[in-house]
This record gives sequence, C-alpha cells and structure tokens, in this order.
Amino acid sequence: MTVQVDIVSAEREIFSGEAEMVFAPAILGEVGIAPGHAPMLSRLGPGEVRLRLPNSEESSFYVSGGLLEVQPKVVTILSDTAERAEDLDESLVLKAKEAAEIALADTDATIDYAKARIELAETIAQLQTIQRLRGRTGR
Amino acid sequence: MSAKEIRTKIGSVKNTQKITKAMEMVAASKMRKAQDRMTSARPYAEKMRQVVSHIAHAKSEYRHPFLENRDERRIGLIIVSSDRGLCGGLNGNLFRQALRNFQKWESEGKELDLCLIGNKGTSFFSRVGGKISAQVGQLGDTPKLQDLIGPVNVMLELYNENKLDKLYLVSNEFVNRMTQSPKFEQLLPLVPEDASDLSHHWDYIYEPEAPEVMDQLLTRYVESLVYQGVVENIACEQAARMVAMKSASDNAGKAIDELELVYNKARQAAITQELSEIVSGAAAV
Repeated sequence: MTVQVDIVSAEREIFSGEAEMVFAPAILGEVGIAPGHAPMLSRLGPGEVRLRLPNSEESSFYVSGGLLEVQPKVVTILSDTAERAEDLDESLVLKAKEAAEIALADTDATIDYAKARIELAETIAQLQTIQRLRGRTGR
Repeated sequence: MSAKEIRTKIGSVKNTQKITKAMEMVAASKMRKAQDRMTSARPYAEKMRQVVSHIAHAKSEYRHPFLENRDERRIGLIIVSSDRGLCGGLNGNLFRQALRNFQKWESEGKELDLCLIGNKGTSFFSRVGGKISAQVGQLGDTPKLQDLIGPVNVMLELYNENKLDKLYLVSNEFVNRMTQSPKFEQLLPLVPEDASDLSHHWDYIYEPEAPEVMDQLLTRYVESLVYQGVVENIACEQAARMVAMKSASDNAGKAIDELELVYNKARQAAITQELSEIVSGAAAV
C-alpha cells in the first residue's frame, strides 16, 4: 500500500510520487503517516521530512516550517521557502509600512482623478506620437 | 542635407537599432525564465487551493474570519506593477482599469486602501494620491516570497482589525506573448472552489488547534496568490517589452531604408553634378 506524496514550496515543486510511509516534523512532535490515515492538518516545525519509497529506499528533505495536510490517499506538505518567525514577519511588516509612509509623505489620501486622467492622457499621447512617427516612416 | 550628414544619421539610427534588438532578445530570454517560474510556482498554489477548498467544505466548528463575508465598506487593493518602463502600455492599461473601478467604488461611498508592489505603481499613485498602506519595490527579475510577506501582512492585519472588508489583487494576466490583460482577483474573503466529491460530513484533526493552523494556512494561501501575481506580472512585463522593442527595431530598420534611399539620391546627384561640371568645363576649353 502506498500513498501519494506531494512536497511543494511557493517557488517550486520539490517532490511528487508514491511512498509507503511519511515521517514529518509536526509542531507537536514527529509524526509517521501510513496510507489510509484520517484527515489531518498540522503545522510543521523546522526539520527533516523522510519518505519510505516503494523500493524500500529512503529519501529525505529539509523543511524550515510549513503545513502538513493528510487525506487517506494523499499527503501534501506545503513547505515554507523563507525562514519565518513571528518577530521576523513583524519586522517585514514594519518595513513595508515605512516604505508606504515615505511614498505617502507629500500626497493626499484621496485620489485626484483629474490628475490621474492627465497622467494617463500623457502616457497615451506619448504612445500615439510614437505610432504617428511609425506611420510616417512606414510609408 | 549633405551626404555626410545623412551618413552620420544612418549610423546613429543603426546604433539605436542595435540597442533595441539587444533589449528585445534580453526580454525574450527573461520572459521564458519568468514563464518557468510561473509554472514552478503553480503546484504550491494548486495544492493550497485544494486544501483551502477542503477546509471550506469540512464541517469545522471554527469559522476563520477570512472565510466570512462582511458588509463591503472598505476595500483593500494590492496593485502589482513593473519596476521599470519601456514595456508599452502595460502599466498604463492596468492603472486606467484600476482607476475606473476606484471611481465606481468611491461613488458608492466605499473607502479604498492601497498596497503597492513595484516602482511604477508607487510613482503613479504618489502623484495622483490615494491612501497607501504598504509599499515595496525593486523586487528584481527573481522576486522572493520573503519580500512580499511584509506588504501582504500589512493588508491582512488591516483585514483582521476590521479596517478592510474585502481585498483584491490587481495585476496583469499573461494571456499569451502578444496579449496581457489587467485582472481583478478577489483574495479575501476567500472564494472556495466547488468540491462536489466531498459532500459527506467530516473534519480534520487539527494540530495544534484549529484557529492557529487555519491562520497559518490562510495567510500562506494569500501570500502564495500574491506571489503568483507578481511572477505573472514579470512575465507580462518582459513579453510587453519584447513586443515594444521588436516594433522599435522594425521601425529603426524602416528609417534606415528610407535614409539610405535619400543618401543614394544625394550621392547620385553629386556625381551627376560633377560630371556635368567636367563636361561643360571641357566644352569651354
């Protein structure tokens, strides 16, 4: 008996195939999952995901965290690509906010549609000029 | 124009053509790479989508706020644009479409909150105004998920604090090499897919607790959607640049042909003039 295993990260697919048994570093301790396991959803801590493949070889992957979804016939590991921690995420949030404040520094909080129309009209005019020039040389 | 002037002009147009040709080829190879990244990011998003639709259909006792519909009063938008220009009307079309919707929403009395990804969007909205809550730029050709965590989480926090009732992702969709179209995708509340095969009553075993697991899962889901949007937008940017540069090279070629014609005429005229001068000179002697 085997179970379909997919290990993916946001940036790429890491593994996809059949396995007889899956070991994963769940947040409450390592879990071993055999085919036909009840549906489960768990957070993963940093550690090693080991697979026992049908040819009784073992294969292992490092994950820094993520999620484990278990269905009777499918095990999905959604691995985090980035190193993540609460305080680290917090600092990234602050950085994005600061950048926004800089961008906002000398503008109104309301959108000036008239100005926007002018901006867009300028861009369109530029494109049209290019097209006109193109038409002229294309004679 | 003298023959020499025309020659210099031809030279300068040729140089421009070399640059646009080089840019076209660079854009073509970058587009292929961006397309590869699009495909490699797809499995994660698909798996996530499956898990999320399982959750939405599982008979869980706990309902996460990301799954609840609320009264739509304040709308958050994550707008993805390119960092650099020279990519035709890509950003312009996106902003025009966005503004059209903004105006409609504002006329309905809804408040807007923006999160800008990419330098072009930042410079556009800092000129025309708008409430910007988060901003990030200079992601380069290979964006990292890590760079997006901050801005996305700002919006998610606002949503959690009830300062937003809806969250959209505004980015370009890669239809094919020649066509990119602006698209509005609703991120929050989540729109689960139909999972008709899962009609019976069941729920997951959650480890540790349902709220914690769901929180992490749904945050990751939104992040992955935004990441995908950004990667797709880069593919669009390169495709648009490729097309723009191709037509620029073609136009340079046409300009060169025309200038060469003028040059040859000028050269022939000079030769004819010289000959007639010699002949008339000889006749005078």
